[in-house]
Amino acid sequence: MRLDVRWPIGGMFTIFGAILTVYGLVSNRAMYEKSLGINVNLWWGLVLLVFGLTMLWLAYRAHRAVKPNVTDSTSTP
Amino acid sequence: MLGIGWALRRVIRSSEDFFLSGRSIPAWIAGLAFISANLGAQEVIGMAASGAKYGIMTSHFYWVGAMPAMVFVGLFMMPFYYGSRARSVPEYLKLRFDEKTRALNAITFAIMTIFSSGISMYALAKLFELVLGWSFHGSIVVSAVIVLIYIFLGGLTSAIYNEVLQFFLIVLGFLPLVLLGLKDVGGWSGLTAKLATVATNAGFEPGAWTHSWKYMDSPSHNPMGMEWFGLVMGLGFALSFGYWCTDFLVVQRAMAAGSMTAARRTPLIAAVPKMLMPALVILPGMLAIGLHASRGGFLPIGSDGQPNYNLAIPMMLGHYLPSGLLGLGLTALMASFMSGMAGNVTAFNSVWTYDIYQTHIRPGQSDAHYLRVGHAATVFGIVASVLAAYSATRFNNILDMLQLVFSFVNGPLFATFLLGMFWRRTTSHGAFYGLLTGTITAALHYGLTLPRGAVSGIKGGFFGAVLHTYPSEMALNFWTALFAWTGCFVATLVISLLTKRTKTDDELRGLVHSLTPRQRDGDMPWYKRPVTLAVAILVVSTLLNVIFW
Repeated sequence: MRLDVRWPIGGMFTIFGAILTVYGLVSNRAMYEKSLGINVNLWWGLVLLVFGLTMLWLAYRAHRAVKPNVTDSTSTP
Repeated sequence: MLGIGWALRRVIRSSEDFFLSGRSIPAWIAGLAFISANLGAQEVIGMAASGAKYGIMTSHFYWVGAMPAMVFVGLFMMPFYYGSRARSVPEYLKLRFDEKTRALNAITFAIMTIFSSGISMYALAKLFELVLGWSFHGSIVVSAVIVLIYIFLGGLTSAIYNEVLQFFLIVLGFLPLVLLGLKDVGGWSGLTAKLATVATNAGFEPGAWTHSWKYMDSPSHNPMGMEWFGLVMGLGFALSFGYWCTDFLVVQRAMAAGSMTAARRTPLIAAVPKMLMPALVILPGMLAIGLHASRGGFLPIGSDGQPNYNLAIPMMLGHYLPSGLLGLGLTALMASFMSGMAGNVTAFNSVWTYDIYQTHIRPGQSDAHYLRVGHAATVFGIVASVLAAYSATRFNNILDMLQLVFSFVNGPLFATFLLGMFWRRTTSHGAFYGLLTGTITAALHYGLTLPRGAVSGIKGGFFGAVLHTYPSEMALNFWTALFAWTGCFVATLVISLLTKRTKTDDELRGLVHSLTPRQRDGDMPWYKRPVTLAVAILVVSTLLNVIFW
C-alpha cells in the first residue's frame, strides 16, 4: 500500500503551523522589533496551518475517492 | 522546532516501500523531486551569494539556463533515458558506447559528487559557526559525523519522498524572509535605489545590479564580467544543458515516473516552480548586499578583503526572523544541506562500487564484499568531502566553485551526449577520446587563465603563464565550459569519422534519436501534450527576461 505524500506534508505543516501560531500568541511583543513590528510567528503560523490542513484534506479526499468504505490503517502515517 | 524535523524524518522513513515500488510515482511528485534534487545548499546559499555578488544577472541561471535546458530534457532526452532503461548516465554511456567511456565518466562524476558534498559541508559548518558559535574546524568535524550517521541509518532510502517534503519546507521557510526584506527596503523600487549605491561604489552604472541584460554589451559594464555571447553560449548552452541533461542525481527523478509521458512531463512540471525560484533565492542576496552597503558592513569580510557573500542567507535569517520562525528557516537550511551531502556521498558510493570497482577492479565478488566496499567508499567520500569543504573556504561565493566543477564535468559530457544521441555514426573511440580531450581542454583553459585579483592556485593559472584575466570567477567558469564543450565536440566528431563503428544500428535501437520510435502525442488533448507545456514555459521565461531587462 502506497502512502500519499500529502499526508506527511500536511501533517508536518499542520504541526509547525499550530506551534508557531501558539508561540505567536504567547510571545513577548518586543521580540518582533526585528521583523518590522509584525508578529510573523502568528501570521506565518496561520499560513502554514491553512496549507497543512489543505494538504491533509486533499489527501483525505483522494483516499476516499480511491477506496470508499475501506479503512486501511497502513495508509495513514 | 529542530526536534520536530527529526521526529518527522523517522515517520517518513517507515514508508520506504513507497518509492521502492518502482516506476509508479505521479508526475507532480516526480516533478517536485526533480527540482528538489537540485534545490540543495548550492541553490539556496549559492544563488543568494551570487545575487549579492552579481545582482539580478544571476537570474540567467534560471531564465536563460535552466528553462530551455529543462524543456530540452523533457522533449528530447527523456525518451532515450526512459526508453533505454539505463539507471544512470554511466550506464547509458556503456550501452551507447563502451566500458571505457563509462569508466571515464564515472571517475569525473565521482570527483564532482565529492566537491558538491564538500560545498554543502562547508555551508553547514559555516551555519554552525555562525549560529552556535563553534570554531570552523569543529563545525566541519561535526557535520562530517552527522552525515556519516545519517547515511548509515539509511537516510536516503526514501529520497524522493523526503525531497518533496523538503521542497515545501524550503519554500515556506524562506518566503517570510523575502517578504519582510522587501517590505523593509520599500519594494522593488526601494531595492533598486539601494542597489544603485552598490553599483556606483563598484564603478558601474547605477542599474548594473537590477538589470539582467541591459549592461551585457561589454564585460566591463556589469559585475559578472560577461558579454551576451559568452553568457548565452557558456551558461545558457554548455553549462545548463550539460547540467540538466547529464546530472543523473536530477535525471533519475524523472526516470521514476510511471510512464514515458509522465517521465517527459516531469522536467516540464518542474520548470514551473523553478522559474519562480529566483524570487526566493536570488532576491535575499540582493537585499543583503543592499543592507551591506547602507549599513557599512552587514556581511562579514573574508580573508580576501571581499564580503563573504556565502553568508547572505544566514545573516538575513538572523536579521529579520524572531525565534520561532527562525527555527523554521534554520530547519529548512539544514534539511537542504543534509540531503545535499547525503545524496552526493551516496551517489559517489554507487558510482565507485558499481561503475568502477565492480567493473574494472575486482569483478565477480560476493554481494557482501561489494557492500563492504560500499561502506568504505562512503567513509572515504566523507573524508574527501572534508578536504573539498576546506577548498570551498577560498571562494566567497560557493556558486563560483560549483559551476567550476560543472564546467569540467558536465560541459564536455553534454557534447558527447549530443553527438551520441543524434548522430549514429559517433563511435566509442570518438566518445572516449573526445570526452578526454574536453576535460583536458577545461584543465588547460583553467590553468592558463585567472579571475581578476586572484592568486594562482585553486582559482586557476597554475601553469605559470597567465594568458588571460577574466573580470570574475563566474566569467572564467562560463568560458571554461564553452572551451571544454567545443574541445569535446570537435575531437569526438573528428575521431568518429576516422574510426570504424563498433555498434550496429540494431544495437543502438532506443539509444539514438533516428533509431528510436517517435513519441506520439496525437491522441492526447492538446493542453496535455508536453509540447504545449514547453511552449508556455518558454514564453513566460522570455517575458521574465524582458521585465527585468
